[in-house]
Amino acid sequence: MSQSFTLKVNGQTHTVSAEPNTPLLYILRNDLKLKGTRFGCGEGQCGACTVLIDGKAVQSCDTPLWSAPGHDITTIEGLGTAEAPGRLQQAFIDEQAVQCGYCINGIIMSAQALLIANPQPNDEQIIEALDRNLCRCGTHVRVLRAIKRVARSAA
Amino acid sequence: MSAVPDVVLPQSLKTNPRLTSWVRFNPDRTVTVFSGKVELGQGIVTAIAQIAAEELDVSLAQLSIVPGDTRVSPDEWYTAGSQSIEVGGLSMRLACAEVRLLFVEAAAKRFEVSAAELRVREGQIEVPGTDLKTSYWDLAADVNLAVEATGRAAPKPAAQYRIVGKDAARRDISAKLTGAAYVQDMELPGMVYGRILRPPAQFATLVALDAAKIRALRGVVHVFVSGSFVAIAAEREEQVLQALEAARLAATWSAAPKLPEPGEISSVLPALPSTRSITSTKQAADKKTVVTRHAATYSRPYIAHASIGPACALAEFKDGKLSIWSHTQGPHHLRGQIAKVMGLTNAEVEVIHRDGAGCYGHNSADDVALDAALLARACGRPVLLQWTREDELVWSPAGSAMVVKINAGLDADKRIVEWHHEIWSHTHIKRPGWAEGINLLAAWHIDPPVPVPPAKDMPLPAGGADRNAVPLYDIPKHEVAYNFIADMPIRVSALRTLGAYANIFAIESFLDELASQLGVDPVAFRLQHQADPRARAVIEAAAKAAGWNPGATSDGAHGMGMGFGRYKNFSAYCAVVAEVEVSEKIRVKRVVAAVDAGLIINPDGLKNQIEGGVVQAISWTLKEALQWDTERVTSRSWETYPILKFDEVPEIEVVLIKQPDMPGLGTGECAAGPTAAAIGNALFHALGVRARDLPLTPERVANAMP
Repeated sequence: MSQSFTLKVNGQTHTVSAEPNTPLLYILRNDLKLKGTRFGCGEGQCGACTVLIDGKAVQSCDTPLWSAPGHDITTIEGLGTAEAPGRLQQAFIDEQAVQCGYCINGIIMSAQALLIANPQPNDEQIIEALDRNLCRCGTHVRVLRAIKRVARSAA
Repeated sequence: MSAVPDVVLPQSLKTNPRLTSWVRFNPDRTVTVFSGKVELGQGIVTAIAQIAAEELDVSLAQLSIVPGDTRVSPDEWYTAGSQSIEVGGLSMRLACAEVRLLFVEAAAKRFEVSAAELRVREGQIEVPGTDLKTSYWDLAADVNLAVEATGRAAPKPAAQYRIVGKDAARRDISAKLTGAAYVQDMELPGMVYGRILRPPAQFATLVALDAAKIRALRGVVHVFVSGSFVAIAAEREEQVLQALEAARLAATWSAAPKLPEPGEISSVLPALPSTRSITSTKQAADKKTVVTRHAATYSRPYIAHASIGPACALAEFKDGKLSIWSHTQGPHHLRGQIAKVMGLTNAEVEVIHRDGAGCYGHNSADDVALDAALLARACGRPVLLQWTREDELVWSPAGSAMVVKINAGLDADKRIVEWHHEIWSHTHIKRPGWAEGINLLAAWHIDPPVPVPPAKDMPLPAGGADRNAVPLYDIPKHEVAYNFIADMPIRVSALRTLGAYANIFAIESFLDELASQLGVDPVAFRLQHQADPRARAVIEAAAKAAGWNPGATSDGAHGMGMGFGRYKNFSAYCAVVAEVEVSEKIRVKRVVAAVDAGLIINPDGLKNQIEGGVVQAISWTLKEALQWDTERVTSRSWETYPILKFDEVPEIEVVLIKQPDMPGLGTGECAAGPTAAAIGNALFHALGVRARDLPLTPERVANAMP
């Protein structure tokens, strides 16, 4: 049965009505129209749907709606806009760290979680933080450059 | 205006000769160009925009581009085969050059000056040093662009380029990184979400499904069953997924005909029925004497496209008209095929390209478009239909497996004088619109089913399975034989490079084997058989940048190897040097790729394509093989079809050879074969072990040990 849930996403409060087991991904995309979080596998294996929950990287495709209230959820839209991109978004633009780009927002969210926990990660820590993100086009070297660019600028 | 007799227009311009198919000047003093080539993640839309802005002498900011919209864009075949710069870019260049010329001539007439006195800048046409000024927009009423291109306008010489040849930022990135950008993100009023219940095995057919029971589930709007095609629409996405699982449990299917027993590709393929033909042969007059022979057999498995985003389409059927938003590579072909299946005319169907997740060949984009169209018509509402991860791995056409056997003879001077290259494979192209029949999955499943058309591979010179099978070395005698296996246990079609990946892996591995037997440095051995200066230049550049050291011995764990190829034997040149470290598994530590792609449009975009090509090829070469059992494909998730991860990616350096006066060549595919060979050869250098069956997994390496 559908139930009402109150979510805090990108600093704003929303009330949605859906079944408790609905994956958070579909709530974000279809109810809140936050389309920057992408569906990749639905099995928590590719990372395309990664968002932040209380600052930690979480795969929204296997996060049930019922577990989300009371937490701070951040999606890629919470980091910046096309007009005023966040620093990771800007670094990815500067490095042209995109091919098809479908995986990239999930990667940026994983990187954001890392930078919250550790503002100056080393290369190994960056790679470890992306352990749950897949990219098929082979944009990896640019992705790592973009994240390092932000990590270095924090120094 | 009649065509100038000795000008040969590129194919896209021949098919779409009207200049209005390419360029439009808008009242707001901007210009729109139309391209049949579409964005697949390769950056082509940016590169085509650079070419157009350059020839028209407008700024990139003044120019927008409409790619792949059957309502307005030219029909440019598919965005495939690294043809977008070579044919699409050239067509755009010539069309824009001619448009510019028509305006310059009109301005010359108005000002009563010679055309040579005019200058065009940012769309302003003026006689420098005077106040004689006009513009494309001011002159638009005087110039009729509804004329056919003649090719009489000479495009700008490369020396005058100010946009082409410089890094240009991708036009599509910022939207993708901040919100909705893909077909997957689209919505229409009243839209429902669709999914397909596919058969559980490759050739199983639907026996029974209680559609009413599924229809009664919460949120379900429609269950469309036709033959073995089952499509479900629901108000909410999670509801359609629940209904899909319920339908999976409720449906009963016939026992499927068996697939061949799985096993090593090198044994499976040659055992299947095939027909043999000689697809290339050369016999030089001066017959050389063979004193030694060497033979070896190589193989590659079936490889999945494995895009991160499963295929998706949005379809709306309204007032007898079908609109489809799709990440297809060929909007015009797709329109024709869907119209045929659905009993509509081409005029009743429009296909509008929207970006999707990465596309590396004929994937599921076209299939899902028909899925969505059928369901949209059946349920009377717009449908956004996306495949599941499992659909994507199991039902997308795979890249064809191949076996390659090379047998070569050398003379007393250690020169290769005979070369025989024997292939066992399936077609490498089965796109909708390629050859006869309908190549769309749902069409084969509906009732009455459309027959699966017979397979037909692409012939040389471009080639399908035999793409790059002709060795690009100075060898007086060669023969390429192709054992074509018409029936495929697994659905196959075009995957990045077609047969070039396996052929270059085989040829370049084999060359190393010969060099090793002869005690010659592998790079020197290649150069001894290579007269083409552009080929020599990339080989030498890659070796130099990588720090190639002839005669360097391995410490038993590290090795360096080279691979070279000219894609399709007439496109971009690429030499790759890979450094590996081998312990339990092969780790590629560093890759250097040297590329000659003629005129470079967007150097950073080209580097991005090469880096991506290298990484994807490392993934194929070390990890990937689609698995099956006697009924079905068993690679159904990222766990059963692993791809390269961040901790497995090497440093990559790309060296670009500048050739501004040579035609621009596509680079999406040139790196794959050389990368595979470079890794195999580096493994041999590290351990003295030759593994000839891809992928080079730890098991394969262990089995190859003496």
